[in-house]
Amino acid sequence: MTETDYRITRRAVLEGGVATCLFLASGLPVGAQDAVATMTGEPAMTPMSRIPMTFRINATEHALELDPRTTLLDALRNHLGLTGSKKGCDHGQCGACTVLVNGRRINSCLSLAAQHEGDEITTIEGLADGDRLHPVQAAFVAQDGFQCGYCTPGQICSAVGMLEEIRAGWPSHASADVVSEPAPTEAEIRERMSGNICRCAAYPNIVAAIRDAAEEV
Amino acid sequence: MQPFTYERAGNVQAAAAAVATRPEAKFISGGTNLLDLMKLEIERPTHLVDISRLPLDRIEETPEGGLRIGAQVRNSDLAADPRVRSRYPMLSQALLAGASGQIRNKASTAGNLLQRTRCSYFYNRNMPCNKREPGSGCAALEGFNRMHAVLGASEACIAVHPSDMAVAMTALDAQVETTLPDGKARTIAIGDLHRLPDSTPHVETALGHGEMITAVTLPPSPPGRQVYRKVRDRASYAFALVSVAAVVEKSGDRIRGARLAIGGVAPKPWRTREAEYVLVGAADSGSAFSEAAESALAGAVGRGGNDFKIPLAKRAIRQTLAVAVEGA
Amino acid sequence: MTEMTTSSPESRSSETRNSLIGRPIGRVDGPLKVTGRATYAYEHAVNEAAYGYILGAAIAKGRIVEIDSAEAERVPGVLHVMTYRNAPAQPEFGPAVTPTVPEVFTRARPVLNSSRVRFYDEPVALVVAETFEAARAAAGLIRVRYEEEGGVFDLPARLADAYAPGRTNAGFETDSATGDFDGAFAAASVKVDATYRTPYEHHNPMEPHATLAVWSGDEVTIYTSAQTLANFQAGLASTLGIPRERVRIVSPFIGGGFGAKLIVHADTVLAALAARVLRRPVKVALTRQQMFANAGHRAEMVQQVRLGAGRDGRLTSIGHDVWSATSGFEEFCEQTAVFTRSLYAAPNRLTRHRLVPVDLNRGEWMRSPGEAPGMLAFECAMDELAERLDLDPIELRIRNEPTEDPERGVPFSTRNLVACMQEGARRFGWERRNPTPRRIREGRRLIGYGMAAAIRPNYIGAAAAKVAIDATGRVTAHLDMTDIGTGTYTILSQIAAESLGVPIAAIKIELGDSRFPRTAGSGGSWGASSAGSALHHACSALKERIMEAARSDDRSPLRGADAAEPIFVGGEVSVGNRTVSLADLIGRIAPDGIEATGSVAAGRNTESYRTYSQHSYGAHFAEVAVDSDTGEIRMRRMLSVIGAGRILNAKTARSQILGGMTWGIGAALMEETVLDPRYGHFVNHDLAEYHVPVNGDVMEMEVVFLEEYDDKANPLGAKGLGELGVCGSGAAIANAVYNATGLRVREFPITLDKLLPGLPASAI
Repeated sequence: MTETDYRITRRAVLEGGVATCLFLASGLPVGAQDAVATMTGEPAMTPMSRIPMTFRINATEHALELDPRTTLLDALRNHLGLTGSKKGCDHGQCGACTVLVNGRRINSCLSLAAQHEGDEITTIEGLADGDRLHPVQAAFVAQDGFQCGYCTPGQICSAVGMLEEIRAGWPSHASADVVSEPAPTEAEIRERMSGNICRCAAYPNIVAAIRDAAEEV
Repeated sequence: MQPFTYERAGNVQAAAAAVATRPEAKFISGGTNLLDLMKLEIERPTHLVDISRLPLDRIEETPEGGLRIGAQVRNSDLAADPRVRSRYPMLSQALLAGASGQIRNKASTAGNLLQRTRCSYFYNRNMPCNKREPGSGCAALEGFNRMHAVLGASEACIAVHPSDMAVAMTALDAQVETTLPDGKARTIAIGDLHRLPDSTPHVETALGHGEMITAVTLPPSPPGRQVYRKVRDRASYAFALVSVAAVVEKSGDRIRGARLAIGGVAPKPWRTREAEYVLVGAADSGSAFSEAAESALAGAVGRGGNDFKIPLAKRAIRQTLAVAVEGA
Repeated sequence: MTEMTTSSPESRSSETRNSLIGRPIGRVDGPLKVTGRATYAYEHAVNEAAYGYILGAAIAKGRIVEIDSAEAERVPGVLHVMTYRNAPAQPEFGPAVTPTVPEVFTRARPVLNSSRVRFYDEPVALVVAETFEAARAAAGLIRVRYEEEGGVFDLPARLADAYAPGRTNAGFETDSATGDFDGAFAAASVKVDATYRTPYEHHNPMEPHATLAVWSGDEVTIYTSAQTLANFQAGLASTLGIPRERVRIVSPFIGGGFGAKLIVHADTVLAALAARVLRRPVKVALTRQQMFANAGHRAEMVQQVRLGAGRDGRLTSIGHDVWSATSGFEEFCEQTAVFTRSLYAAPNRLTRHRLVPVDLNRGEWMRSPGEAPGMLAFECAMDELAERLDLDPIELRIRNEPTEDPERGVPFSTRNLVACMQEGARRFGWERRNPTPRRIREGRRLIGYGMAAAIRPNYIGAAAAKVAIDATGRVTAHLDMTDIGTGTYTILSQIAAESLGVPIAAIKIELGDSRFPRTAGSGGSWGASSAGSALHHACSALKERIMEAARSDDRSPLRGADAAEPIFVGGEVSVGNRTVSLADLIGRIAPDGIEATGSVAAGRNTESYRTYSQHSYGAHFAEVAVDSDTGEIRMRRMLSVIGAGRILNAKTARSQILGGMTWGIGAALMEETVLDPRYGHFVNHDLAEYHVPVNGDVMEMEVVFLEEYDDKANPLGAKGLGELGVCGSGAAIANAVYNATGLRVREFPITLDKLLPGLPASAI
């Protein structure tokens, strides 16, 4: 048997032959203009071909060529080494894969990477400012808003998006009426965070953390 | 998930044509249901036409005083729209009772209408399902059917339509606008959009292949108090066991106008006109609500596991009507 | 608003006053987890990893007649399709019962080694490809023809076929009998004879089972999600037919386990096999749906509880009979009635476990095996008895508080059950409960209060630890222990820092590698006590070694120091009036550092375990609201008062209990995996249809720890509490539902459809 060295690499490695990744200085997509952009006629791709796509993830441009079947989650985890976003169910039923796309929280498992051409994506890896944790991250540590930690990146991204939704005045199922402006009360937070399952059930601590962070953000 | 080709549509017409010319092509927008089904190979499109960026994301006033909701308006934007909140609060409530914040941020208005059933047997390719594989049988009839339909079902299929939004829209007499592959447009009353299963449960809507929903139009807000009530197994993030969309207008202690639609009980959002007739002109009393509830569930058939939905729906209707008249 | 009351566990000995142990310090791994930098199994980055995807059987019992993978093999990017025809040879599975209990964990668990299908969704093929997408798609193209045989699945209808196993899980006696149960029960003035049903349930940790296998020569490194590395190492070595030394298990972070990650599963075996065949790393994860058949479950059970009492409220007879489903090919008997042997006093007692074989995969250890389903039934029966006696449920329990273990006849180590109940009653406002059901209304809602006791045995598993200090004063400890969210990294940091008198920041705890000294891992709530005690001993040994050198080494400032007890505190060592910085001392006497090891033996081999009955205790209180029209039940308030020895970290301990309480909500109100007896499959096999509590289901939660120190348990004085929160908490909720509605539902979960027939006509 060949003694290939498969030692673990410190940083996630981009998989040669599957994806290429370019870190661009400018915000312009590279090599993608004619491929997926607007098409009205024949599809350019045959099955199994890869399609080029570019998006900005955590303030860095990424250009990849991926199988069109690749979800945004699998693009992050399997092709970009951004494994902070988690796969818990792969069907939008748990929230562990939550990321922010153009500021909004979504389930990255239920989204094709190709659909995010040009989007601004923030994952858990992009929330902290260097070594300084985002207030929601810091509050999760302070309030013990997690145990095993697997749902945590999704919880935190969801919380960041959710606080923005409250700030924008969006109502929720917990709102007394849908007309009034909501506030980040415990009842509102519980309802709005119900798309993020925590089997360790750190829920009371998650709510406490988000309440603390809401005052700070 | 089998291979497919992907294109992003440049305009409505091109999108409709792109799907129409390929029998196995599908529109994709939010993808929250389609990708879910594709991963399980319940849907196996060979070509996807991405319509999520078409300029159908606006909510506009209609000349009649209603709202025209673009097909690509996201569920969360629709729920948060100030006009919807003030004039169609039931629609906001219904949207907010559905799914999660993340899913609502992706799911489109049209996609919500066209989402497929959550029947566990439909979702499992190893099980018989007439909807997925016509002629294979219905495993739910004699199986685990706690979530299934008590109204409008057939011996071929007892699956329910899972949408909350569509139930509210049905009570609001929404109209669905579509573009056909030949460029023509047509309007379908929401009550006619979904088909009952009869012997062809795989045919779920009145839409032809390549026909694309472009907008949902709401007529002017009906007078009266609107309430959407969802009953489910946990406090949030669960499909309805039963839901009720009610609009009640009072005049003194009489009911002047009423609309009632129920969800979680039928293969489509279920408008209960008979119950509305019972209510209009009646005193706003428990007995009228009970009579309306009985009328709404007349003809309901339980299949064992879902028998409870019949009394539950009646109770939920009575409660919702009572809540609605309190504030009407 | 949630009131968080956590008593600071003041220690009773001067040694532990102002101790770091017990302090609610934040998790030392917290920053890694909140930034997405904690690396879980599937996420370890290696070059050239290929992706595996499992295809499961479409039938529950039978045989593969034909399997055609030609089309799958033609898919671009596919590297290999493994089926029983070409899988590397593995040992046979073996008998349904292993000769000894430990072998359950170490036996070979072959996958794809036969055309036989033993349960629905059992793996029949593995596709490995360059991408996840290609592997998944190719799996869908494999054609399998089966010869199906009729399976058996129904438990309630087959109780007559039940057999008595040779032992229960964890090696307890199958039956116990004291006095004359039948006679005493027949003669009792007040009786409860109630039968309860608990459903199939699934652990559903958030991280699906996943493995990355990397071979180097004839040695394999397994990056996986494992609670107990030694089990994985031994189990995989047995399956692969290689010595354990050639298997290395790495599992630094585990995305939840709850007992579902104690033994190797198909992902581990298949990743290892495929990586060997392909000579490149392979990763395999179960899908969420596959986890339902392939990663353990709690079996369905029927329990008959018979309680006989005098009018004075004293129990004369306690009977607990359990019938459980079990896999036909591998027996698993949850010790569901074992806690009953220790909980309440009564002269006449009977507990029995019976099994009914079904054609399912084996059941596994789901958070608090035994107590979780057992107390759900038993503590409801106590509530039923209290009502028949017209006694307060707490008073009933106090009247039956034993003075020693009722069946073993040995004293309890510490037992503060009564104090837990009384403290809980005071804090919860128990006096506001109306003992007559359906009397408290708030608008359309019926309000009810319920309580239940909690008991859970205290175990200790064999564990070893190595600890080293370097010339800068930094301390590193190594154990093959795991942190499944329990806070192990943090607690062990506290223990080492406290023992060596250095700041937490100077401690580095390295876990999750089978190359480190062996522990019992995470399971049975024994992790903190076992690993913590081993580390405590290792630190003591390290201090001794430091002092030996310090007293004798020429370079030591403490050379010749007298025999006074050295004090390690604040990064310094003092002997008598001589004080030196630890870093300075080590730098002088041992520039390469000093290390030491420590260990503890398994609890059952110790004198203290034989001579004392050791359990953790608690009392749970719940308030629920029930919609009187629709029957929707919502938990409004819960309180748990816990007596579990010394609390090692008040913050992480509280989180453990909160999690358990929430599992109680799930068990009482929503969790049920539905088995379709026609096809033998779990119908609701995903997180949309299998309901676990979401954030909106959990309202006010309070946890209180009673001050306690159990010097019989272990040198730390701590007892296990990872599972205690789920013991009885579901019963507290069920009893609250009864108090609210007057409806006693004995078939769990209590969903609204079960309440509807008994609810009053709508009060409109």
